[in-house]
Amino acid sequence: MSHPAPSDDSMRPVHPALSSALPDRLFAWASRGAALFTLALFLGILVSLVLGAWPAVQRFGAGFLIHDNWDPVREDFGGWVMICGTLATSAIALMIAVPVSFGIALFLTELSPVWLKRPLGTAIELLAAVPSIVYGMWGLMVFGPVLARYAQQPLQSLVRGVPLLEPLLAGPPVGIGILPAGIILSIMIIPFIASVMRDVFEITPPLLKESAHGLGATTWEVVWRIVLPYTKTGVLGGIMLGLGRALGETMAVTFVVGNSNQLASLSLFAPANTITSVLANEFAEAAPGLHQASLIYLGLVLFLITFTVLIFSRLLLMRLRKNEGRSA
Amino acid sequence: MSFLPDARAARFARRKFINRAAIAASLAAMLFGVFWLAWILWETLSIGLASMSAAMFTENMPPPNEPVGTGGLANAMMGSLLMVALATFVGAPVGILSGVYLAEYDPRGRLSVTVRFVNDLLLSAPSIIVGLFVYALLVVRFREFSGWAGALALALIVIPIVVRTTENMLSLVPVELREAAYALGTPKWKVIARITLRSARAGVLTGVLLAVARIAGETAPLLFTALNNQFWKASLSGPLANLPVTILQFAMSPYENWRQLAWGGVFLITLAVLGLNVLARLLSRKK
Amino acid sequence: MDAAMNLPILAALPPNASGAAPFPPVKMSVRDLDFFYGEFQALKKINLDIPERRVTAFIGPSGCGKSTLLRTFNRMFELYPEQRAEGSILLDGEDLLTAKQDVALIRARIGMVFQKPTPFPMSIFDNVAFGVRLFESLSTIEMEERVEWALSKAALWDEVKDKLSQGGASLSGGQQQRLCIARGIAIRPELLLLDEPCSALDPISTARIEELIAELKKDYTLIIVTHNMQQAARVSDYTAYMYLGELIEFGETEQMFLKPARRETEDYITGRFG
Repeated sequence: MSHPAPSDDSMRPVHPALSSALPDRLFAWASRGAALFTLALFLGILVSLVLGAWPAVQRFGAGFLIHDNWDPVREDFGGWVMICGTLATSAIALMIAVPVSFGIALFLTELSPVWLKRPLGTAIELLAAVPSIVYGMWGLMVFGPVLARYAQQPLQSLVRGVPLLEPLLAGPPVGIGILPAGIILSIMIIPFIASVMRDVFEITPPLLKESAHGLGATTWEVVWRIVLPYTKTGVLGGIMLGLGRALGETMAVTFVVGNSNQLASLSLFAPANTITSVLANEFAEAAPGLHQASLIYLGLVLFLITFTVLIFSRLLLMRLRKNEGRSA
Repeated sequence: MSFLPDARAARFARRKFINRAAIAASLAAMLFGVFWLAWILWETLSIGLASMSAAMFTENMPPPNEPVGTGGLANAMMGSLLMVALATFVGAPVGILSGVYLAEYDPRGRLSVTVRFVNDLLLSAPSIIVGLFVYALLVVRFREFSGWAGALALALIVIPIVVRTTENMLSLVPVELREAAYALGTPKWKVIARITLRSARAGVLTGVLLAVARIAGETAPLLFTALNNQFWKASLSGPLANLPVTILQFAMSPYENWRQLAWGGVFLITLAVLGLNVLARLLSRKK
Repeated sequence: MDAAMNLPILAALPPNASGAAPFPPVKMSVRDLDFFYGEFQALKKINLDIPERRVTAFIGPSGCGKSTLLRTFNRMFELYPEQRAEGSILLDGEDLLTAKQDVALIRARIGMVFQKPTPFPMSIFDNVAFGVRLFESLSTIEMEERVEWALSKAALWDEVKDKLSQGGASLSGGQQQRLCIARGIAIRPELLLLDEPCSALDPISTARIEELIAELKKDYTLIIVTHNMQQAARVSDYTAYMYLGELIEFGETEQMFLKPARRETEDYITGRFG
């Protein structure tokens, strides 16, 4: 096919099956092999985590998950503090990021003047690409001190003596802990969630929106009652993407979470730890044995958490799709 | 038909108020988002730019507590380049082939459905987990941290990204184009290599570029694979200096000269990643 | 621009329009309406009176501005910043384009049905109740009555009364379009705009919608845009022929089709062009 047919040969029958059988089969094998490799990669990660964590699993069992001591010297390990840290920072991040992202997507699709749409949308997308280490560094060097000075300290003096609130905001005024980590995570995932929401809002058929406007609905009513229900699966997918990011994020958290394995203080500003930050800080120096196995155990837990989030969101999407419109 | 417009107007006053409030909130959200993001970029670019010097590119990492402004990140840049390049050359072909399988060979088969699902899991898996895996696979076995291990960890992050974008881009190629090629008697591998992959070329390349941008800034998977190294080295065996881990180490240190260099490193990484993204964007726009 | 077009519309009708009934009360008047997509002028000095409780059809080749004209009547074009209209559109004597009233309240008086069915992502019941809830607070029973009334008016009640809680998208195309009509009349508008309502439907569904239009004109003023001349002839009382953004001729449908006053109209209707 690729050679120009000379006139002599033009009458000779060609057997493509013969000439291409081998490359065809090789190519098929290679691509099938690559697909299988992807599968093997996943299984390999799972197996290696389980094997690596095995000594700790044997020693501490499932109690590891709710045990709140982490003592490398006495070899007593429990993951409760870090698991709480991971869940708390991610929860804070979502609480801030979801409404803000929704607002941004609403602005970009319905309110923005045309000339601003492109530049703002592009800026948001580019910011989703900024490496997390940049957010972490900024959080430690710039944002933390500002937060401490203009939020933590005034708040602390405001709630002095108030039960519940005072311990919640206690801590050295350096802007480090669960709250700063959660805020930085939220800033990091806003571009992700906002650009997914914007994309799915944009696929809403204009006719559908016009129909609602035609009935006299306001912009807000159109978005809240037509666009959002129409795009709920995509919106949910975007939120889950953001949650997955937040749970597994290492660098943005490690810089500002404080890296201290404690839960004694309830404070949002007390140094704490997440699964990823403890791994980042301790793993390379941990002695092989129980300490390392316990860290890998934590990694396994994190893997399973993100895994569960993804599966859960898939199931939710399937349910939603099945029930589409059936709810009165 | 006796419906008074007045009654509608009364009810409408409330709805209009809600609408205004929602629009105001949306505007506030936009400003809130843009404010943070602008602040971060501003600090990074301004402090980073101030710490730039020729020494940054020509000298290696200095010992702590030297005068500010001496030493550079040349060895870290070299290490990062080596690992990112190797990871891309290994990861991208595997990812593309795997994406080809999903899109072209058996889109609805059981293997494809499974691989697609697992690929999504890998995409959302924390990158530090990949570091743990490679640690167990290579570092433990060979009893040393190495650039090879770092490159492998990065390659494993490249693969799922490229699989996803390749499959998406291939599935955008019109069926008629494939059928037209088959109708000429073209063997399948040639249809894929010469027709479908070629017409999806820009998209596939965009995916690869985005993957490169992603691993250029990845820190977590390098922490216990490549580790870090203070010295110049152009080989992948043994601990290898790299930008992200250096930034982490220097930024967390109490030494002013190191912190200064960390800002410089962050500046370089941000520029590189944004540059790659802009490139990918230009590529995918130009059809 | 032909000077005749600037005269009052009735005067523009041929004087020998024998047998023409007196023009019914005017529901809506369009005066000197210009419309722009950015720089492009899509409508030029349109003057038109829409009779009350009649069906008025807009016909003309694609791109002639008939849909554009329709979309100015409920200011739908305002969703798109680069589009603007100049002139006046009087609904019962009040200018819609400069009205102090919010556009949402105007739209509540003017229902609209689109080229393609647009069921909202909610149940059949909620589709119809959606618009009503925007403007009225009805009790559950009142709302059920209203929904049944609207669906019956749209000749859909018998087909969906047992599955009101199913999604609107589960209906067939023709049913979906009737659902959209029910949704439009549920808020009791005075005017109903139909923008090629049958263009995505099969002949049987089209016939049902046409029957429905004939039924609805007892209570409503209807305006239908169609590219199908037979349809215009079947359903409408008055017809406006448009070409290149201008209103070429407007009059009683029968007369337009039998004895058009202008050559261009005749050419289009007889299929010599278009």
